[in-house]
This record gives sequence, structure tokens and C-alpha cells, in this order.
Amino acid sequence: MHPVVTTVIQRLALGLMTLFFVSIIIFASIEMLPGDFGETVLGQAATEETVEAFRKELGLDKPSYVRYFDWIGSVMSGDLGTSFSGRASSGVDRSRPVIDLVAPRLWNTLFLAGMTAIIAVPLALFLGITAALYRNSLYDRTVNATTLTTISFPEFFVAYLLILFLASLTQTFPSLANVTADTPFLERVNKSALPALTLTLVIVAHMMRMTRAAIINLLASPYIEMARLKGVSRMRVILRHALPNAWAPIAVVIAFNLAYLVVGVVVVEVVFVYPGIGQLMVDAVTTRDIPVVQACALIFAATYILLNLTADIISIVTNPRLLHPR
Amino acid sequence: MSEAEQDYSAAGEIGQVRTRRTATQRAWLALKKAPFSAWFGMIVIAAYGFVAIFAPLIAPYGESQVFPAPFAPWGGEHVFGTDQIGRDVLTRLIYGARNTIGIALATTLLAFVIGGGLGLVAAINRRWLDQLLSRFVDILMAIPSLIFALMLLSIFGSTITSLVIIIAVLDSTRVFRLTRAVAMNVVVMDYVEAARLRGEGLGWIMRREILPNIMPPLVAEFGLRFCFVFLTIAALSFLGVGIQPPTADWGSMVRDNASLIQFAQYDITAALTPLLPAAAIALLTVAVNFVVDWFLHKTSGLRDEH
Repeated sequence: MHPVVTTVIQRLALGLMTLFFVSIIIFASIEMLPGDFGETVLGQAATEETVEAFRKELGLDKPSYVRYFDWIGSVMSGDLGTSFSGRASSGVDRSRPVIDLVAPRLWNTLFLAGMTAIIAVPLALFLGITAALYRNSLYDRTVNATTLTTISFPEFFVAYLLILFLASLTQTFPSLANVTADTPFLERVNKSALPALTLTLVIVAHMMRMTRAAIINLLASPYIEMARLKGVSRMRVILRHALPNAWAPIAVVIAFNLAYLVVGVVVVEVVFVYPGIGQLMVDAVTTRDIPVVQACALIFAATYILLNLTADIISIVTNPRLLHPR
Repeated sequence: MSEAEQDYSAAGEIGQVRTRRTATQRAWLALKKAPFSAWFGMIVIAAYGFVAIFAPLIAPYGESQVFPAPFAPWGGEHVFGTDQIGRDVLTRLIYGARNTIGIALATTLLAFVIGGGLGLVAAINRRWLDQLLSRFVDILMAIPSLIFALMLLSIFGSTITSLVIIIAVLDSTRVFRLTRAVAMNVVVMDYVEAARLRGEGLGWIMRREILPNIMPPLVAEFGLRFCFVFLTIAALSFLGVGIQPPTADWGSMVRDNASLIQFAQYDITAALTPLLPAAAIALLTVAVNFVVDWFLHKTSGLRDEH
């Protein structure tokens, strides 16, 4: 078989295995709960029968491996379980299925992440490549110093600075990003502008520095010097010689930062009260609503693993050394 | 020194090769050559350390002393005003230095004890133990650490002990990888082999043969890890699931006073109140980064400039 295909299959299998182990860890979290959490969820006044029924519903009377396969099976078919909130000691059950809570918010988060990526990726690549080409110039040093400073800032500091200047002092953008399902597209973009800008500032810094380092590393290699010495034009060196080898590091940089975006989104959503999945997870952690926490953690972890896997595969598929085996 | 200056002879100086500079002299020489950014970083870190250690002496009021006026303006009795239930903001900032930095430092140390220890053992052992630990770390690192921390906190509850342990364990994965990678180059050296043949135990080899030779990257990593842990704890406290009130802490201070930012047009100082603790966090991370940058440059030249 072609070596590229073999490597890609290996990576896919490795990714699936990681996903499997991660799901076991997330599932195991419910095992580690203290024994009396039924009373905690249902309140002190819960009768013994209600607690017993609740434990039965969670399947705590079955062995854990059976429960794991039940759980992962229903997750595969789109059923993420039932939220703990809304349960009362009287036995009246007003709880909602987790999927109803997660689905609309997941869409909001994806919208925010997508909007950020559309602004940030081209900007960061442009800054990174130009900084690498004109390195040690004034331009390079300015971009470098600015990004080093933004990297060191916590996300909420950047967010509140933007609110102070763009929402509070000048009122350019709204500081509350309270979008709903039927907000029209343009208004949605306007309301998500500040959260997207915050995330952009944070990830452009990382992405630009990594792109710059990757390109500088590449331009220092002997075969580029060889090409320059034999008189190939600067443009042709970059397009024909450098770029084929640069796809892999650039893809890794983009995927790594999109994965970072997945985490950064949590804090930013809370600052701007953006109804996304990160905010849902934080709320669920505060109320110790384990099924919701598990669902969110699973979504975040799966996105993270899939993005890293994509980067891996892109870097294998575009690697010239693997494409033309001896 | 003074005698040598009076009657100097080249032969005498060459003859004195065995009198080495002391550690303090060498440190001072290195410091004199440090760039401005590193000096700035070290001074800032020293100032934070001073404030953190002597917090009760510097702070004008008690850590959770409540005054009758909530959201008091700047100036007068309260330099930076009071917060939403009337606690002095300057006092909380000073105590916050102590709590936030102390907790972050404890977490980083614990992460290094766990990750560094296991990393050394894995590098020396190289058999099933290494495989087991490395695969386990791979899986832990596949989950974003903030998400993992949120999940674990929802199970164990937000106490300071569980916060420290959870973040330390999650961050020890990265320390483990680095320690294992750098120790791997040292383990194959002849002097380690000699120590092993001499019959030294695992503890001796770890402490006396390998650790001194991998210190520089570990020290640099300690600085970066500290920044990361510090930012994670601040983010968790900001989200309301980290350090809990009434303990003063910068992350939760930002969260508590965030609504003041809406009044920037009427009173700019009020809007700056929630930004003070956030700026305190940012300044410390920038300072540590500057020092680590200089240290890395000095010890290994690990930089992309040619």
C-alpha cells in the first residue's frame, strides 16, 4: 500500500483510540461522585423512594462497564441523558434532556468560533509570513512585541479593555452579546463583534508567532539557500521550494490554534454573556449538574482531538517526502 | 582582590586557576549583563513577592472588613474605593497577591514534584513503566486542561485543596514530557552507567546524577508553567468555580466589580476598578515571561533569531 495511506490509517486509529479512552475518563467522573449525591441533587427533603428511583434511573444498580456501553451507545445516537436541574424532592420531574440544552448553544458557539477563525487565520498568516520575510526589521519587532504582550494577558483582561474602549466610552459595539435563535444575521454579527475581536486578539498572537517561527526555520534550511544561490527568483523560491514544505507546519499552527479557541471560548462567553456551550458548562459546574458537564466536556474534547487529528493528517498528506517514496 | 591589585603578576594569576568565583559573584556578573526587560521583570517579581509576604503589614484594613458604603468612589479613606459589599479594594488587591500567587506557586511546585519525579523514573526505567506513564499522559493531554479542570471541579467541589491538586495533576503531564525528554539525553551518558554499575539506587541516580544536568530547561519551564497555572487559576476564579469568597483573589475581584465598567462615561476611575486586578495579573505574567526569555537566551540560546 502507498505509505501515505498506511500512515493516515494509523493516525485515524490512534485518534479513535484516544477518543475512546477520553470518553472512559469522562464517564468515570460520575463514578467518583460521593455516595449521597442523590440527596444533594434532590434536596434534603427527598423521600427514600425518590432517591432510590433516581439512582435506578442513573443505572447505579448495574455494573459500571454495562453502564458505560449504555451511555456511549446513547451518546452515539444523539441522546445525552437528562439534566439534574429541575428535579425536586417531591418527585415532580421538570428536568430537560441535555440535548435540548446543548444543541442551540453549540450552534452559537460554532458561529462565534467560525467568525473568529475567518478574521484571525488570514490575518495571522499574513502577519506571520511578512514578519518572517522581513525579520529583524522595525515591522517585525513591533509585531513581535505587541503579540508577546497580548499573549501574557488573561482573556478577560483583553475582553474588559475592549468593552471599556469600544462599548463603554465610545459605544461602537454592544457589550452584551445576548443573541437568540431568531436574531437576524447582521445583528448577530454586530452583537458577536466584541467576543470575536477578543478571541481574535488572543489567537492571532499565538498563530502569528508560530507561523513566523515555522517559516524562519524553513528559510534557514540548506536547500532554500541552494535555490537562491543558483539564481532562482525570490518569488519562485517561496512558491515552488518553500511552500510545499510549509503546508504541514502552517496546518499544524492553524489546527492548534483553533483547538485553543475551543478553550478560550469559555471565558469569553462568560464575559459577554454569550449563550454558548462554554457558558452552559460553567453554569453546570456551579450547580454540579453532572450530565450537562459530561456532555459539554465530551463535545469540547472531541472537537479538540478531531482538530489535532486533522492537522496530523494534513501534515502527512502534504509532506513531499512521503508523497514521492523512493 | 585588593592585594592582587597592588602587586600584579601574570604568572601569579595563572597560578591561581583553582580559586574559582563564588556562586554569588557569578550570579552578579550574569545579572550585570542582563537586558533592561529582564531587570524590569525581576524588579516586578520582587515587588509582588514583598507585597505578598508582608500583606497584613501593608494593607490599610482587614482582608474581609466590610465598610458601610458599597461601591465607594476612589480617593479619601479608600484609595481605590470599595467593592460591591463595601470592602476596601486596595486591601483586597494586597491580600489577593498573597492568596493568588501563593496558591499558584504551591500548585506549580506540586506539579513539578509529580511530573518531574515520574518523568525521571520513566527516563531511567524505559520499560513497561515508561510506556504506561507516557500513554496515560498522552490521553490526559488530549483533553483541554481548562475543560478537564471544570469537569473535575464539578465532581470534587471548589475547595482550595481540590483546586491545587486538580491543576497540579493536569499540569504535571507537561512537566513529565519535558523532564522525560531532556533526561533521556542524560541517562545514556557514561557517568550514569558508571553510577549504576557502582550499585547506586534509583533515588541517587535521579537526584545526584541526572537532576543537576537538566536543571536549566526545568527552571525555565517552571517560570512558564507558573504563568500558565496562574492564568488558569485566575480564569477559574473569574468563572466563579475557583477560589471562593471571602478569600481575596484577583480573578473573582474582576468578576465582582465587572458591572462598574458600564459607568466609564460618568466616572472613569470606577470603570478602572475591575481592571486593576486584571492588570495585576497581566503585569506579573509579562514580568515572568521577560525573565524566562532572558534565562532561556542565556542558558541555551533556544531562540529563532540567527
